Amino acid sequence: MKQTQTVKTIDPSLFKSSNNNQPNESIMDVNHLNLYYGDAQALKDVSFSVKKNQVTAFIGPSGCGKSTLLRCFNRMNDLIESVKIEGEIVLDKKNIFDNEIDVTSLRRRIGMVFQKPNPFPMSIFENVAYGLRLQGINKRRVLEEKIEWALKGAGLWKEVKDRLDGSALGLSGGQQQRLVIARAIAIEPEILLLDEPASALDPISTLKVEELIYELKSRYTILIVTHNMQQAARVSDETAFMYMGELIEFGRTDLIFTNPEKKQTEDYITGRYG
Amino acid sequence: MNRQWFKSGVPWIWINAGAIAIAIVAVVGLLGLIMIRGMSHFWPAEVSEFKFQNKTQSTTIIAEIIETESIPAQTVPGFDHLTGNITRHLVKTGNRDILGGDFKWIYDQGMKSHEFPAEIMVLERVEWGNFYGYLKAVYEKDKLIASNEKAWPEFKQRLNRAVHLREKILDLEQGDIGAINYQLERLRLKQKRLQLDNKLDEARQTEISQQREVLKRQYQVLVQQTKTLYQDINRDSIRAIVMDGREITVPLEKIIKAWQPNKMNVIDKFGFYFTSLLSFILEDPREANTEGGIFPAIFGTVMMVLLMSIVVTPFGVIAAVYIREYAKQGIVIRIIRIAVNNLAGVPSIVYGVFGLGFFVYFMGAGIDQLFYPEALPAPTFGTPGLLWSSLTLALLTLPVVIVATEEGLSRIPRSLREGSLALGATKIETLWRVVLPMASPAIMTGLILAVARAAGEVAPLMLVGVVKLAPSLPLDGNLPFLHLDRKFMHLGFHIYDVGFQSPNVEAARPLVYATAFLLVIVIVTLNLSAINLRNKLREKYRALDN
Repeated sequence: MKQTQTVKTIDPSLFKSSNNNQPNESIMDVNHLNLYYGDAQALKDVSFSVKKNQVTAFIGPSGCGKSTLLRCFNRMNDLIESVKIEGEIVLDKKNIFDNEIDVTSLRRRIGMVFQKPNPFPMSIFENVAYGLRLQGINKRRVLEEKIEWALKGAGLWKEVKDRLDGSALGLSGGQQQRLVIARAIAIEPEILLLDEPASALDPISTLKVEELIYELKSRYTILIVTHNMQQAARVSDETAFMYMGELIEFGRTDLIFTNPEKKQTEDYITGRYG
Repeated sequence: MNRQWFKSGVPWIWINAGAIAIAIVAVVGLLGLIMIRGMSHFWPAEVSEFKFQNKTQSTTIIAEIIETESIPAQTVPGFDHLTGNITRHLVKTGNRDILGGDFKWIYDQGMKSHEFPAEIMVLERVEWGNFYGYLKAVYEKDKLIASNEKAWPEFKQRLNRAVHLREKILDLEQGDIGAINYQLERLRLKQKRLQLDNKLDEARQTEISQQREVLKRQYQVLVQQTKTLYQDINRDSIRAIVMDGREITVPLEKIIKAWQPNKMNVIDKFGFYFTSLLSFILEDPREANTEGGIFPAIFGTVMMVLLMSIVVTPFGVIAAVYIREYAKQGIVIRIIRIAVNNLAGVPSIVYGVFGLGFFVYFMGAGIDQLFYPEALPAPTFGTPGLLWSSLTLALLTLPVVIVATEEGLSRIPRSLREGSLALGATKIETLWRVVLPMASPAIMTGLILAVARAAGEVAPLMLVGVVKLAPSLPLDGNLPFLHLDRKFMHLGFHIYDVGFQSPNVEAARPLVYATAFLLVIVIVTLNLSAINLRNKLREKYRALDN
């Protein structure tokens, strides 16, 4: 309901046109994906493709399955015992749900940032070094280089460079979230999954994270789940609208927000429900 | 009105507060009682001289007053013609060897005088308990060195020398000679081992014989040294007067400490008090544990608890990790969890019986067969000892550690595990790098509870390793330094032994309190250090606020 006003005031200049001119090659294809929690079906025959170096946003009301969908890409749903998945997500011509796929190397290629900042109770340095150490990189000099690069990439370097050995829990919420992003990009994934990365943050921190997403786009393919439609409009190139586990509409962000094809989409973005 | 007051909850608060108050009073009272009873033992009490006169004879009694009470005269034989109450004192007269007993009841009736003569001397002796009386003269061999007023300073000076010499002798006997004996025993075992393996050829035999010769020569040298020291320490003696007027000779070799309590001022008394307390803590027991210190018992208790912690922590943590992280949650795991919780309620003596049957007789005997056949039929591990005690108590405290660890694991936020997994960590990597460090305060809590329980446990230990008097500490300078097969002493058992198995109950009673107090101190110290460690870990791994 609140969004009724905001949608009308979206500034068209926010829509990035840079990438829209030439169609990018697709990096992942989702084909007829069904997901069940026990008997309840959470995703119903979802199909679309994710384009390289673009930001794809997932919007929709609570419980529509957008987070569940996002967690399919790095197989985070494996942790939940009752989950059953049908269909496929194709990355590099291979279905990531195949048994022969090594989940840990898949997760190294597809990084994830969660809704609440979840830094480990270690120093800032060790947080960013975590993924690198997992890969057996333990040389101090190499680590220092990579950590500086990752923190610069996440726009946090200037704020923390003097207290890398301080606890990560001493940072503010926004800083923690950017630290978690630095942690994710330190292992240089190809794809970043962002699950409502700004929902727990104040407006200024949110702005910083959004700017960061825009910068990261040149190097990574980004999938973002968000509740905030302005945010989707501001940061994404393509938008998927989901409702009750179904993908209702998928297309270029400017089109979805200005000229949606489906009535449900229009209802949602104009705030008639959701 | 009344109903209103009741509904307001005020009476409830009063009941709560009252319960807490009673609990505090109980704890403070308990600690206060054992502290006062135990710690006052070391205070140098004044020694009285009582003079009695009846129709035919006069007697003198030199003694410390231990206790005074008032009882109806009719109940006392000899005074039953009197009415009303009479006062009697329990006094410690010492001189067990001369008088036949340390303690005596005396009555106010017929008492002519009660004085505190400054010249009264108390001796703490190696044997026979304390001596009370007057110093008469100091002798070197048979030569009179000093007498009367000059005797005391001369005696103190020579006593210092004797004490110093006794320490030297003890060092030699227990340290160097003990080490040589230990090496000789090892040599004997080595020879027997080779014999058993049919590998004992000429060369080896001569090598062993040579080593033995070397050791025996060293041994002779040391024995010679102790002989000279014994001659030195036997040089001096004193003549002293007992309360009944007899004169006896006491060699300085037999005296540990001498003091004149009635001459001491408060500062002297405090000095004396703290040295006595210190020697109680740091010395070995003497005289069937009724005299001397309790150091081996403190050492044994701490050692056993530490070993138990080293065993129980990894074991409990691994078990809890499996139950919580890997096992499929279902009916089987529920039953296992209930079983584990119930194990905590099994009486400790049952664990003792199990430990004796399984660890000592089965595992210990097996180990002896396999690794120490040369010592058989004398058992090495096939007999109660430190290792088996630690293992038995580890078993006893295992449920506590498992339950606490499980609790800790279940509190780690899911988001942190997911964060780790999303970075490409496997489950085991996540466990090692994130989950277990964060659960470490909970693990410490489990350990604290385990230590608290184990340090106070006596019953199972009596079956699997505790003894009244252990000849040597489980940790010493002889390879392999830590002797897990040895029997050890324990404060809890020491209390039982001193209090109830002692030949001299009255003398031992204050020691029971003092030992109990020290046991509490040891447990509190162990616990506080564990709690301190836990708080540091908590600070380090404090969970996220959200």
